Amino acid sequence: MKESVLYQDTLPGGRHWSFMMRKGHQLRLTDVNGGANAGMLLYNPLMPLERINLPDTLKCQHTFKLTAGHCLYSDMGRIFCAITEDSVGWHDPVGGTCNRALVERKWGKKTFQEARNDYYRNGVDSFLINLAKVGLGKKDLAANINWFSKVAPDAAGNLSFVPSHSKAGDSVCLRFEMDTLVILHTCPHPMNPAKEYPQAPIHYQIEEAAQMSANDLCLNSRPENGRGYQNNDLYHQRCGVPGHDH
Amino acid sequence: MIIESVRRSEDACFREVVKAGDYWLQSIKNGQTLRILDLEGNQAADTLFYNANDVAERYSAMDTIREQGNLYLTVGSKLLSSLGNEMLEIVADTCGRHDTLGGACATESNTVRYALEKKCMHACRDSWMLAVAEHPEFGLTKRDITHNINFFMNVPVTPEGELSFADGISAPGKYVELVARMDVIVLVSNCPQLNNPCNAYNPTPIELLIWD
Repeated sequence: MKESVLYQDTLPGGRHWSFMMRKGHQLRLTDVNGGANAGMLLYNPLMPLERINLPDTLKCQHTFKLTAGHCLYSDMGRIFCAITEDSVGWHDPVGGTCNRALVERKWGKKTFQEARNDYYRNGVDSFLINLAKVGLGKKDLAANINWFSKVAPDAAGNLSFVPSHSKAGDSVCLRFEMDTLVILHTCPHPMNPAKEYPQAPIHYQIEEAAQMSANDLCLNSRPENGRGYQNNDLYHQRCGVPGHDH
Repeated sequence: MIIESVRRSEDACFREVVKAGDYWLQSIKNGQTLRILDLEGNQAADTLFYNANDVAERYSAMDTIREQGNLYLTVGSKLLSSLGNEMLEIVADTCGRHDTLGGACATESNTVRYALEKKCMHACRDSWMLAVAEHPEFGLTKRDITHNINFFMNVPVTPEGELSFADGISAPGKYVELVARMDVIVLVSNCPQLNNPCNAYNPTPIELLIWD
């Protein structure tokens, strides 16, 4: 079945945006030139206290990397979205995001006054700007995903950033399993060793998702995910679970 | 890294035993030292820290991990805030390493991890909810419940990207000690989890000690 494209746009490097994803739609992110990073946070728009919880996401699926077959969980035991396709193989859940001081320390300062819209944005401010648009703030920041980036651990837990991990044209597809507020930025990964402030664009596309089948990759990749989908079903039936009435 | 403390417990200005499954919520001052003592071994102390003067600034696992370039916490680990400021530093540790990736157990995540029928088992996040409800003077709510440290817990990660909850590496009498670099609020849940080996399937008490 061919999915229909509902919307598409390209976010230049070092920018931010936020948008709603509906249950049954999917978001396809593509690294246009290679070496991109896309920071992301997820919230329940009806009850924004419910947000992406990466510790729960990792421990529920016994994984440190995120790739096809994994689901992204909220703190309420529900699945915001499922990674249905991925050509990268490893997306980073631990690097966090760059703040103003880190950007200045690594890449110097480029202000709006001198560079207009090519000024150096940072991940924390990008998240805060989009959180403030819906009445949220610093208290609502959470650990974010860094799509297209890899921070590799060795056996002793030492971390190293893998440069140019993602190639031009690499993409990842997220099928949304509940209505979700998505906050997305294209600021550099905080561990990127590049000498110049990296500016890699991300193409993003919203599509109708195909109906989930009984042998769906994400539903069946772990027994935990079957139970996560049961929690989503109960939520959408407004049946026996905490939530917010429409 | 194993480094023993020079502090003697009889010199502490505060000592309290926190029973299994209970919470502990208290402020400590810049410069004070906090010891968390695993009395009977293999317990998990799920801990959050806040800037006492602005609770919107809180412990950030991701900033801490990234800036030290290592997944595990031990002596020398500087615990950073969501604004990149140093909140505390680990100055003694007889356990060797501590987890900050695994998060806290919750009734909701228990339904996913074990069974939907386990939703009513006591969990760390419920202890934290009770703590913030019983202590409005700290100005904390569910919004402030974020990603914690699991002192004494063993969550190994492999180079291939696997993560598991493994048997503990702590033992009776092991402890970790932290010096506060700002005034901080400490919120501990002494973990009641019965479904995985994070506390050897047998939650036990911990002791908290403070030195000026």
